[in-house]
Amino acid sequence: MFLHFLKLEWKAFTRSASMGQEIAMRIFMGFLGLYFLVSCLALGVGLYPILHKLIPDQKPIHLVNSVVLLWILMELALRFFMQTLPTMNIKPLMVLPVKRQTSIHFVLIKSIYSFYNTLSPLIFVPFALICVQKGDISLSQALGWMIAVTGILLTVNFINFLLKKKFADDIKGLLPYLLVVLILFGLEYFKIFSSSRVVAKGMELVLQYPLLAILPLLTAAGLYFWNFHTLKTKFYLDASLKTKTQEARAINLSWADRFGSLAPFIKLDLKMIIRNKRPRATVIMSAIFLAYGLLFYTNKVYNDIPAFLVFVGVFMTGIFMINFGQFIPAWDSGYYSLMMAQNIPLREYLRSKAGLMYLSIVILFLGTLPYAYFGIHVVLLNLAAALYNAGINIPVLLFAGSFNKKRIDLEKSVFMNYQGTGATQWIMALPTMIAPILIWYIAYKLGNPTIANLVLGGIGLAGLLFQGPISNFIALAYKERKYRTIEGFKQQAS
Amino acid sequence: MIEAINLSKTYGSDTVLNIEYLSIPKGESFGLVGNNGAGKTTFFSLLLDLIQPSTGHIMNHGVQVNISEDWKPFTSAFIDESFLIGYLTPEEYFYFIGDLRGQNKADVDALLDKHREFFNDEILNGKKYLRDLSKGNQKKVGIIAALIGNPEVIILDEPFANLDPTTQIRLKRIIKELADDPEVTILVSSHDLLHTVEVSNRIVALHKGEVVKDIATSEETLKELEAFFAV
Repeated sequence: MFLHFLKLEWKAFTRSASMGQEIAMRIFMGFLGLYFLVSCLALGVGLYPILHKLIPDQKPIHLVNSVVLLWILMELALRFFMQTLPTMNIKPLMVLPVKRQTSIHFVLIKSIYSFYNTLSPLIFVPFALICVQKGDISLSQALGWMIAVTGILLTVNFINFLLKKKFADDIKGLLPYLLVVLILFGLEYFKIFSSSRVVAKGMELVLQYPLLAILPLLTAAGLYFWNFHTLKTKFYLDASLKTKTQEARAINLSWADRFGSLAPFIKLDLKMIIRNKRPRATVIMSAIFLAYGLLFYTNKVYNDIPAFLVFVGVFMTGIFMINFGQFIPAWDSGYYSLMMAQNIPLREYLRSKAGLMYLSIVILFLGTLPYAYFGIHVVLLNLAAALYNAGINIPVLLFAGSFNKKRIDLEKSVFMNYQGTGATQWIMALPTMIAPILIWYIAYKLGNPTIANLVLGGIGLAGLLFQGPISNFIALAYKERKYRTIEGFKQQAS
Repeated sequence: MIEAINLSKTYGSDTVLNIEYLSIPKGESFGLVGNNGAGKTTFFSLLLDLIQPSTGHIMNHGVQVNISEDWKPFTSAFIDESFLIGYLTPEEYFYFIGDLRGQNKADVDALLDKHREFFNDEILNGKKYLRDLSKGNQKKVGIIAALIGNPEVIILDEPFANLDPTTQIRLKRIIKELADDPEVTILVSSHDLLHTVEVSNRIVALHKGEVVKDIATSEETLKELEAFFAV
């Protein structure tokens, strides 16, 4: 049975519609993965000499034992946010003669073969072996220790599975557990009760009596069965497959009526942003990035390299523009046929998208005004950057959008979501961010900061003045690639 | 008047549609029947300029659809769920389409009120987004939305599929009423010969992309079509 499942997985992987298109993305992720693997291995080999050098009077193994709890927490947090759980399309299987147990075991066992489970062993196995080689611990001690750590790793793996299954939809349910962690942290901090020492003691005991290593393994096994039971009860259509329906909430957007003929589209986009996970996350991220300036303005180093501040200005006033603009028109991919067949001139459609981005630049620029605290030059620079964003970067992003043909699922969360990301997005990052820095820097070298601001802002203003002919040109590009775009958006992303 | 001239669509070496000449006069109620893959949706998609013709072109009231966008103000369609906006409520969707077609809220409300029976109390004031409606209810929304703004050309692809029997009968009544209007050309495709015969005054059968029958509806039409498709 497992073999059948594996075959299905392989077919799902090789036959996904995005297989060919995303090959560059996959290669990139592959290299990223390789990089992490090599880094972990290097850390594993280097850990002993490093610790020995830093704190020579203690044996490295004891030092490592004392941070095991920290490692567990970090590992758990990392997995909670990054690791995607193995999923299985169970709907077609439910009516087939496949035992429910088998599919659940398959999913659970598959989770063990996760990339995240290979990272830590690359650190602790070489480390333990080096400890043996240096004569700090015996081979049997090392074996017991490694088994115990593996047990903990699996425990973390299954705890994460359980957490994700239980709290994926309801992040608030997690709060009490977070509270417990915080309390333990507080007790630790005020030296009242050290839970990390308890764990460290446990690890020391394992070194004394290697047979105790069986305990973490048993914990992992226990969690495996806990997961198994949770999943078993969920293995019904009406329990987990039934799509949840949200109650529709009306939003009053009548203030947007002042945009005249663009109002219907702007209102539509606002609803799109408010009611869908991914665009909503994009907006929230934009707001968070307003704080980005604090990192730079407070740092003397960057103040001496003013070109850096151009980057900050372009980034802060344009973050929404970049995040939203790079996926135009894919935000409307679900109903792009409608947009193309309805009574909508392409030019109006594009102008409405630009309008929304102008609005965001104004709002974000106002948001950066408090940075006047660091000097009026910051405000002027940000104003120039905002103008450049509005006049040049918006048309550039819109034009690049005509090459977009990847569907976006609005309801998928934004974190580590590369759906809809293609070569276009990577290529676009360059001119939008680098060009303004270069322009400003050249003008600054030839003149002074004021001239540089004037040049950058002036170019932006010129772009704004010529937006009429520019948007005609862009609309033409959209029309030319319209059929390809419609076809691309029809492909269900996997 | 809609004219398809030398129209063909080819994917690789596969010709999915090949119509030498087909004209649909103004005011006609035009039914398109055929098996899966006969080219019905392809024809409608070409008419809406959603795909590019391999050869030839379509004229819609004198506008060549793949060159100019001027056919859009008087043409409306419901092809599939990609014509719905999932995160809107049915009302918001209707008003949005109304905005696009120059209809104010009152106009749209009047139209919705007229079709209250068709909705069967399942659509309006439901506090649900379109994406959460059943397939049949989504279809109802799409069909009525295609009627907003008094379009002169209405294109409905498989409107009867997924509808319950009562709604099918109500839909037939709506289409017949539109067919009586000499200003409105209505194009309907279906697998269901009976429905098509009932609502259309002309029926074209496609088979593997070719027009194989082109008949004005009469008493014998159903028999003739059944005989043709019974292979």
